[in-house]
Amino acid sequence: MRVQSSATKRVEVRAPMSGIFYRQPGPDQSPYVEVGDRVEKKQVLALLETMKVFQKIKSPVSGKILEIVQANEAPVKDDDVLFVIDAQA
Amino acid sequence: MFSKMLIANRGEIAVRVIRACKDLGINTVAVYSEADQNSLHVRLADERRCIGPAISSKSYLNVRSILDAAKASKAEAIHPGYGYLAENGEFARACAREGFVFIGPTPENLALAGDKINAKNIVENAGVPVIPSSRVGIVKLEEAIRFSEEIGYPVMIKASGGGGGRGIRICASEEILRGEFSVAKMEARAAFGNDEVYIEKCITEPRHVEFQVLADRRGKVIHLGERECTIQRRYQKLIEESPSSRLTPPLRQTMGEMAIAAARAVRYFNAGTVEFLVDPHDRFYFMEMNARIQVEHPVTELVTGVDLIKEQIRLSSGESLGYCYEDLKPRGWALECRINAEDPDKNFLPSPGIIKEYQPPGGFGVRVDTHLYQGYELPMYYDSLICKLISYDLTREGAIKIMKRALAEFTIKPIKTTIPLYLKIMDDPFFKQGIFSTHFIEKFLPEDEEEGEG
Repeated sequence: MRVQSSATKRVEVRAPMSGIFYRQPGPDQSPYVEVGDRVEKKQVLALLETMKVFQKIKSPVSGKILEIVQANEAPVKDDDVLFVIDAQA
Repeated sequence: MFSKMLIANRGEIAVRVIRACKDLGINTVAVYSEADQNSLHVRLADERRCIGPAISSKSYLNVRSILDAAKASKAEAIHPGYGYLAENGEFARACAREGFVFIGPTPENLALAGDKINAKNIVENAGVPVIPSSRVGIVKLEEAIRFSEEIGYPVMIKASGGGGGRGIRICASEEILRGEFSVAKMEARAAFGNDEVYIEKCITEPRHVEFQVLADRRGKVIHLGERECTIQRRYQKLIEESPSSRLTPPLRQTMGEMAIAAARAVRYFNAGTVEFLVDPHDRFYFMEMNARIQVEHPVTELVTGVDLIKEQIRLSSGESLGYCYEDLKPRGWALECRINAEDPDKNFLPSPGIIKEYQPPGGFGVRVDTHLYQGYELPMYYDSLICKLISYDLTREGAIKIMKRALAEFTIKPIKTTIPLYLKIMDDPFFKQGIFSTHFIEKFLPEDEEEGEG
């Protein structure tokens, strides 16, 4: 077996401010991403609701979702880690 | 009169209602979520009851929990404030069923105000001009195109079940309408659980002018003059004033009469607002009826001298209206700035957090309606409206000067607020002359403002 040749690095996606973390666009819809999913840069990963305003949490890199740190509807603080992504160069 | 009132709301409006109750000698019961233990309304009320977790759907929108709190505290009446359950006909009905007086319109009024198409039909039959619209819900794109051609572009796609400016899409041409129609329907379903939309003519360069009305149980309806609410961002009002620099005395009189006719036609009870659009040729159109006390009610209070919350309570206790607009001899000019915990330099992103430094303005002609205090932690769960700053003087020019002074004095740190935006607007030559349309705010916004929030 060959060792993976492309450079990889762990990238953390953090909350830009405090808010409620939503993994899916609506209560009856499926999550934006699951662990193991391949994501593109700027792809929407989650929503953050702060004071009734929703903002999209987008992936800063292309890569693979290694970890989804927060549970759906969890209150998160400014700078909390939300996702860990294996960025593939 | 009631001896005890439960206030089913939070924030500045809960504080406002508690104060009115105190003036009337009514004992108050605050309800609060687990995130609001230290909120000002909880401190000011005579009694307090926790009604659930931070998320509004489990607390401030939890009908069972609120009615149980009312029962346990032996309240006689419930004031819903604005937002939350204020326009929920089922809640009003449940209050009545369980023996509480709902301070506000009848459940029938609430149902009709929420059914905009039907409300327009009734009001138009009473002789009030309405904006040309499809009236009936439109399902098919072809129907939407046929109707839009009939009334002429630009048109708006609106959600039948919508409100607060949400779910509105403007289409300048058939091509755009083709692209937007299905998206608008999907959005309507996601936001309101109902994908029915309708088409309405888009009035260009409009002024948004609304009339405050009051109605007693005997069917007497009066108006309390107009509020100018043209300055908005994404259909959310930012600055309101009373009177409106746009109206001439004859136009005011005609529109006031039409506001009363509209309220009568729907057999309205209690405090409400009739919203109109005024076009550049002095034509005005009924838009909708707001069946609640509105955020911007203080500007009417300052020029008429009437405490609208007290009037709501008085009317719900069965008292009647013994006066009309002319008797009030309205005078002077009032301006209101809605101060939000948002960063106007960063696309109006919300800014929750602890208020470490708080120093409100004061002096002649200044009113501050807020739930803020130094050390308060602004929860991330609720609306970003943190304060209504209201100025009053005999003239509009004077009210603007007082507003400027008050804004400059106001210290709220370290969170970001919209105060710097309002300071710029108070200096704007067009604003000072009273010349603006609903597009006014655009020149104050960063050019890269991203559309859509979800």
